[in-house]
Amino acid sequence: MIEIQNLHKSFGTLDVLEDVSLDIEDGETLAIIGRSGSGKSVLMKHIVGLLSPDRGRVLVDNVDICSVSYQKLREVRKRFGVLFQGGALFDSMTSFENVAFPLQYFSDLAADEVNNRVEECLSLVRMPDVGPKKPAELSGGMRKRVALARAIALKPKYILYDEPTSGLDPETSNTIDDLIQHLAEEMNVTSVVVTHDMHSVFNIADRAAFLYGKTLHWVGPVDDIHARKDTVLDSFVTANEYHVGTPRTASSPS
Amino acid sequence: MTDRLLAPLEAIGKYFILLGRAFSSMGEVRTYWGNFVTQMVRIGVDSVPIVALAAAFTGAVLTVQTAYQLQESFVPNTIIGSIVVPSMMLELAAVITAFILAGRVGARIAAELGTMRVSEQIDALEVMGLNSISFLILPRVLAGIVMFPVLYIFACLIGIGGGILIAEAGGLLSTTEFVEGARQFYQPFDPYFGLIKSVTFGFIITSIACYKGYYTQGGAEGVGQSTTEAAVQSCVFVLLADLALAILLL
Repeated sequence: MIEIQNLHKSFGTLDVLEDVSLDIEDGETLAIIGRSGSGKSVLMKHIVGLLSPDRGRVLVDNVDICSVSYQKLREVRKRFGVLFQGGALFDSMTSFENVAFPLQYFSDLAADEVNNRVEECLSLVRMPDVGPKKPAELSGGMRKRVALARAIALKPKYILYDEPTSGLDPETSNTIDDLIQHLAEEMNVTSVVVTHDMHSVFNIADRAAFLYGKTLHWVGPVDDIHARKDTVLDSFVTANEYHVGTPRTASSPS
Repeated sequence: MTDRLLAPLEAIGKYFILLGRAFSSMGEVRTYWGNFVTQMVRIGVDSVPIVALAAAFTGAVLTVQTAYQLQESFVPNTIIGSIVVPSMMLELAAVITAFILAGRVGARIAAELGTMRVSEQIDALEVMGLNSISFLILPRVLAGIVMFPVLYIFACLIGIGGGILIAEAGGLLSTTEFVEGARQFYQPFDPYFGLIKSVTFGFIITSIACYKGYYTQGGAEGVGQSTTEAAVQSCVFVLLADLALAILLL
């Protein structure tokens, strides 16, 4: 379980998060939503200790990652897989080497077992044939899927997704949504999805946390979003649907 | 105003903390060994052609110009060797190698790490549980410390060889005279002084480049700025270290 307690964060004179508290239950898929610049990615980076809060704390399985040693923090981080917005694949390596990288450093698997696991992960994200290709040879959606294969290589307990569908066409977005759902069910992972794509939220999330005006404005089940008469939240959801157009239908892998 | 005054102090603090964290992770050999070998090849082996070219021409030009300056005097020709060889050993081989590598190696390291920073590849290493400083910074600085002296020795040999070759080819003096002159004023400490310099320059160039690259901010513009600053500041600190070592050790 991840517990965020009274978190405050500012950069210089700019306050980004004020008194944010949020619990993320094991096994759930939580979407963190909000406008651009509302602090969604900043909040996500606190969850893995890439940023330290000015005040407040973050507990991962009851370990306060804001006050532990760097060594202990690295141990805690091994429970996470993170899909970064641009994929963050190592561009000097092939897709296969990217997925194999965490296995080579943090598993006791023999070389042939590493190969099998890499192939398994690439198949899970429906990219079995891209192993020899370098990230520069892949499209945006393909890069994200390879990055997802890397994120799940060590079978993490938590997977964090930073804007997984941003910049992708609707069909590829559906594929990514479908993968997130599939992995949550197959691997029983806890997923945290940072997004402003409401179609994704309705497709994949159990709960949503809405960041607005530096604070957590609303948290609740996704099904309650429309039922709740909240002007600010309604405005965000409606604007999103207006921009994206007709909501995407049930996901269909490409 | 206060922020601008404190910025250099903050930068110095961050630089030494980064190096402290890098060297305190020397025990994590498995994390950096592969990268260390790769960087030794990139910094050392890949730099051989350009260092050889610069050293050969420097030695040759120095020989021709020294001969030109002494042509009307009554000093023997052997003095050309006495000037060229110590000049290469004490100063030119180390400094010219350092300047070339500040551009070639320093800029590449800063650009590489800067791109990794802005594309979140360094964050990706960290969230995997890997010590990114041990993985990225330590092998580059160690490779610089190890390979710069090797390149210095190579530059000395090529530079002196270039001098001898042009002296013979241009009829300025024979190889025997050149070597005799070199022996006349040879100090056993000279090559050691050059080696000390090259280790220092190797450390300065790679550590500044790593610092600039690792803390890059912004996108492509930030990477460009880090790369330029790495090359320029490396050259400035190489010159300062050159003077400091000359005052302290000679």
